[in-house]
Amino acid sequence: MNLMISNSSGQPIYEQICSQIKQLIQSGGLAADEALPSIRLLAKDLRISVITTKRAYEELEREGYIYTVPGKGSFVARRNPELMREEQLRKIESLMEEIARLAPGCGLSNEDLMEMFSILHLEE
Amino acid sequence: MNAIELRGLTKSYQSFQLGPLDLTLPMGTILGLVGENGAGKSTTLKSILDLIRPDAGSVTVLGQTVPDAYPSLKEEIGVVLDELAIPGFLDAREVGKLMASAYSNWDEQVYQSYLAKLDLPSNKKYKDFSRGMKMKLALAAALSHHARLLILDEATSGLDPMVRQEILDILYDFCDEEHAILLSSHIVSDLEKICDYIAFLHKGRLVLVEEKDRLLERFGLLKCSEADLAALDPSAVLAKRVHHYGVEALVERDRMPAGLTVDAVNLEELIILLAKEK
Repeated sequence: MNLMISNSSGQPIYEQICSQIKQLIQSGGLAADEALPSIRLLAKDLRISVITTKRAYEELEREGYIYTVPGKGSFVARRNPELMREEQLRKIESLMEEIARLAPGCGLSNEDLMEMFSILHLEE
Repeated sequence: MNAIELRGLTKSYQSFQLGPLDLTLPMGTILGLVGENGAGKSTTLKSILDLIRPDAGSVTVLGQTVPDAYPSLKEEIGVVLDELAIPGFLDAREVGKLMASAYSNWDEQVYQSYLAKLDLPSNKKYKDFSRGMKMKLALAAALSHHARLLILDEATSGLDPMVRQEILDILYDFCDEEHAILLSSHIVSDLEKICDYIAFLHKGRLVLVEEKDRLLERFGLLKCSEADLAALDPSAVLAKRVHHYGVEALVERDRMPAGLTVDAVNLEELIILLAKEK
């Protein structure tokens, strides 16, 4: 499992852990029921605070990505792939709504937006 | 359980008053006490170690009340102070013997493994040690009697970055659910690396006690013009530094209007800005 924590990105460390573990789960890098490292071990390896690590795991558990068995540790929750896709779609839709809201203010037409998107996409 | 609980701790000297101080160090965590020289860090540590008696307030260490819990409590606390009282003619092996007579839980095997891990010679006289070696020896001794709480006063000051990292690594490994560490330092970058909590002492008062990461999440550095700053809610601005070309302000990120760029702040900048403001 790869986790990259940046101190200069400005993104809170617990968020970085959460989003990277979510990505690993969604991409299949972490399988259902796979054990996650213990909070103490992860904190030690990444050289970050155990309180922050605990917060990240609590957040993941609240959102249903992982579950915890007392005395055994935390594991990847079994999730419905359909549901996960649905969640991503909703997120994309809400971002698009935001774009649609902002674009008229800058005088951007639909064609301009499409062009911007394809340029950005090529650069990636 | 909490490793340390200070409630209303007060100590007055002729020209200096510490406290009243409330501070909690939960088990399994590392707390860094930061502050300028003379801020009261050592006075705080000394009252925990019963080297001075506070005028008022209570000190509880590992669930036991100070000073009643001493001398048996000393077995459970490992201490590394800035100035070390080890006779110069002793070598590391003899220091071990001396410690064995002072601590009933002394574990020679653990001590030897720390000496090896920290690359300390067992037959060189203490007076011929470099400052880095002296500190490492003190740390090895403090960790070799099964202490549950480790207290370090300026343990990393005056050491080169490699030795400091070595010491921080040892501290990382020591701290688990059964152990806790309280360390004071004015090398804020060391505290930023290792601590779960930061407590900032300034002129005898606790200005701030907070989870380190929350602190760095909550605050940021805003660089803007004086006019921009004047338009902000003053209660969201903690400190500022005005220069010829604009202002640098320590602000609460969440309360900044959209469109302003707030940079991440490191602990050192944060402490310096806060200290200037108080």
